[in-house]
Amino acid sequence: MKAKESKREPLFHIVRRDHMPTWNRMLIRVLAVLAALIFCGILMVAIFHIDPFRFYRSMLDGAFKTPRRRWYLLQSMSILLCISLAVTPAFKMRFWNIGAEGQTMVGGLATAAVMFYLGGKIPTPLLFVAMIAAAILSAMIWALIPAVFKARWNTNETLFTLMMNYVAIQLVTFCIGNWVKSGSGILAPMSKYGLPKFGPSDYFPNILTVAVLTVLMFVYLRYSKHGYEISVVGESENTARYIGINVKKVILRTMALSGALCGIAGLLLVGGTNYTVSTSIVDNQGFTAIMVSWLAKFNPIFMILTSFLVAFLQAGTKQVSTDFRINESISDIVTAILLFFIIGCEFFIQYKILFNHRQKGSEQA
Amino acid sequence: MEKTVALELRHLTKTFGSVTANKNVDLTVYRGEILAILGENGSGKTTLMNMISGLYYPDSGHILIGGEEVVIGSPKDAFRYKIGMVHQHFKLVDVFSAAENITLGMKDGKFNLKEAKKKISETASRYGFLLDPDKRVYQMSVSEKQTVEIVKVLYRGAEILILDEPTAVLTPQETEKLFDVLRRMRDDGKSIIIITHKLHEVLALTDRVAVLRKGEGVGTVNTAETNEAELTELMVGKKVSLNIERSEPKNCVDRLCVSHLTLTDREGRKILSDISFTARSGEILGIAGIAGSGQRELLETVAGLQKPDAGAISYLDPTTGETVNLLGKTPVQIRDLGVRLSFVPEDRLGMGLVGNMNIIDNMMLRSYRKGRSAFLNRKDPKNLAERIIESLEIVTPNAVTPVRRLSGGNVQKVLVGREIASSPTVLMVAYPVRGLDINSSYTIYNLLNRQKESGVSILFVGEDLDVLIGLCDRILVINSGRVTGIVDGRNAEKGEIGLLMTMTESRRNPAEEGREKQ
Repeated sequence: MKAKESKREPLFHIVRRDHMPTWNRMLIRVLAVLAALIFCGILMVAIFHIDPFRFYRSMLDGAFKTPRRRWYLLQSMSILLCISLAVTPAFKMRFWNIGAEGQTMVGGLATAAVMFYLGGKIPTPLLFVAMIAAAILSAMIWALIPAVFKARWNTNETLFTLMMNYVAIQLVTFCIGNWVKSGSGILAPMSKYGLPKFGPSDYFPNILTVAVLTVLMFVYLRYSKHGYEISVVGESENTARYIGINVKKVILRTMALSGALCGIAGLLLVGGTNYTVSTSIVDNQGFTAIMVSWLAKFNPIFMILTSFLVAFLQAGTKQVSTDFRINESISDIVTAILLFFIIGCEFFIQYKILFNHRQKGSEQA
Repeated sequence: MEKTVALELRHLTKTFGSVTANKNVDLTVYRGEILAILGENGSGKTTLMNMISGLYYPDSGHILIGGEEVVIGSPKDAFRYKIGMVHQHFKLVDVFSAAENITLGMKDGKFNLKEAKKKISETASRYGFLLDPDKRVYQMSVSEKQTVEIVKVLYRGAEILILDEPTAVLTPQETEKLFDVLRRMRDDGKSIIIITHKLHEVLALTDRVAVLRKGEGVGTVNTAETNEAELTELMVGKKVSLNIERSEPKNCVDRLCVSHLTLTDREGRKILSDISFTARSGEILGIAGIAGSGQRELLETVAGLQKPDAGAISYLDPTTGETVNLLGKTPVQIRDLGVRLSFVPEDRLGMGLVGNMNIIDNMMLRSYRKGRSAFLNRKDPKNLAERIIESLEIVTPNAVTPVRRLSGGNVQKVLVGREIASSPTVLMVAYPVRGLDINSSYTIYNLLNRQKESGVSILFVGEDLDVLIGLCDRILVINSGRVTGIVDGRNAEKGEIGLLMTMTESRRNPAEEGREKQ
């Protein structure tokens, strides 16, 4: 009888963990990344019959082999980081801005518009100022529209910002259609109106700008009164009201900042990199940035790591897909596997599994 | 009398991380008895009951029912062994009727609501419950909802009933009724386990008391052979004086005058109607009422968090002697007027503090605006945090620990400490000892008394009438947003306050609210 009862005992149960030391958490996350890469290697062998070491080699080559690739990696990382920085204050406020894609695009479009209409007509320094102002203001307005609706009528910001992305895409299509008379739908690069270049690579100004922004954002969130208000509103709107924070004002101010940073990303993409605009210019980085920001727990300094990781995967898997002639979706698959492991490992940080190995029956009974 | 063992626990242990919630707890429950599980907060009462009712799984130890060892892995298992738990927070579907809620989730054969209703009425009348099976939950008062929960458990054939702090939400009259019902259930042979920390209820109702301290069982005593002092000593581990000190109010002058205050919420319901009172310096004005009678909104309106429809709130400045109008001002405007108003809200971690922030940053909530710099000054809050940790003996690893990781009593000390630190002239506290153990509660009472002695005007919203009567100089009773009386704390009687809390118009109002919702 007792043996039968014991059989029904569950094999294990899950228990919440105490607070884990920081270095322990980090170790678990690093292990998760390694496990993900090993899993990817196994998958490559199983599905494509690729030697896993050649797979890793190819990934590393794609990201680091030549100086050009290394600079390119830093460039794509900084654009991603810039957009991640942009969404972070909004996220800390629990305002789910998933419209960074559109905000960046609008910033880029405004930059292109200034280049298109004013390029060559006003002095170059003035043109740069106009590009910067147009990029920042336009993206700011784009971000403020959903924020006003949220603050005023408590509309759902997730849907609203998402929908604004599609409007932005249509706006770009519309403008290009108007500007390009040939009907090709491709706006030729306006390289001569590009932002000034300096440093060891063409990408250097972009990278430097984002590096400065990262530090500024870290300081803003951690040490400024604004940053503190953002945290309070995000953690508990009731507490914010209780101590007299004007919640509406904070929402508007923070979204304006979020939009402005997206505008800068758009400026760097159009004015500092491509010199033209298209509907695919942001290349979904507006959505990838959400992930980068979350993975870094909204800490700008950690975001350097997470954006690097994602940019590395994107560059590496692109090379894998050329080297082994695999469909480009391999990039998405590898990124997804990695995310699955990183997010999954949080479970082991929060909980532990206890296996039940109680003696059968009881000593007293 | 021959006693049959209904349930036996042997060496139950349960840990959460490094915290041991229960350690080697032994407990025997007999048929036909009411057993109280007594213990301070965090002593593991609820964890123990959750293991019996299948919500938690013990790390080690044995549960025996009728002498057979059993494994309870889920609430479903618990029901199979005829164990039912009535939780502190009701788990009912608002738009369903009593009968629908009771039968919800039952899978025994064909579903026949008519027959179920008959059976429900039978169960109810057998134990003296008043229950209309067709009444919808959102139209019910708190005590009616509790009745539904209890009948639900009985309907499923429970022989062992666990009630988690069932009287916390009831008026003295409703509590008496509940006790009558529980006694009838005991006489019918059921085992009733009641979790509580109200000693006088334990003495009035139960047959035996099992006391837990810091997760361990410290003994079981027969109720007839014990008294409050002994039980407290068992609970706390040392002798505690149970008398709240109350000094004579000195130099009382009017400090805060509220007149004809009326407040309507977004749905157009009257929350406060025509409330008038005056709070004086150097006294504690208690506010009594059934939960949800408008106490929270009253304090929030004074603090500038709610915009009233009509009325006046004026503050008499003790330094200038001027009268300042507070009506319609925001919290920041009130502070800018030089009014030193502090407010300890009911919802500590959801309103008074930010759970994920550390103690220093929580200290900063009140003061971060100071100065013109765009950056924060963390130095003063840090000093304040350290001072409060030391003077109020807050148990925390350090000042940068997130407050959500502190125990309830320490969380409250952080909040009260911060609010007192701004040397208020008016201090409003809502349910300041809810969920606190005896020692912490007395620390809070002492803090309030010291504030009172230094001339602060204190508004104290409380739920425990014994505490209100013991601590407050005057008690304002409100009932559905109306003042039904002001009594003197020194010679007030519980029954009198209880009646004021439930005067006739309250019977009408919940039903009205229900109709308006439709």
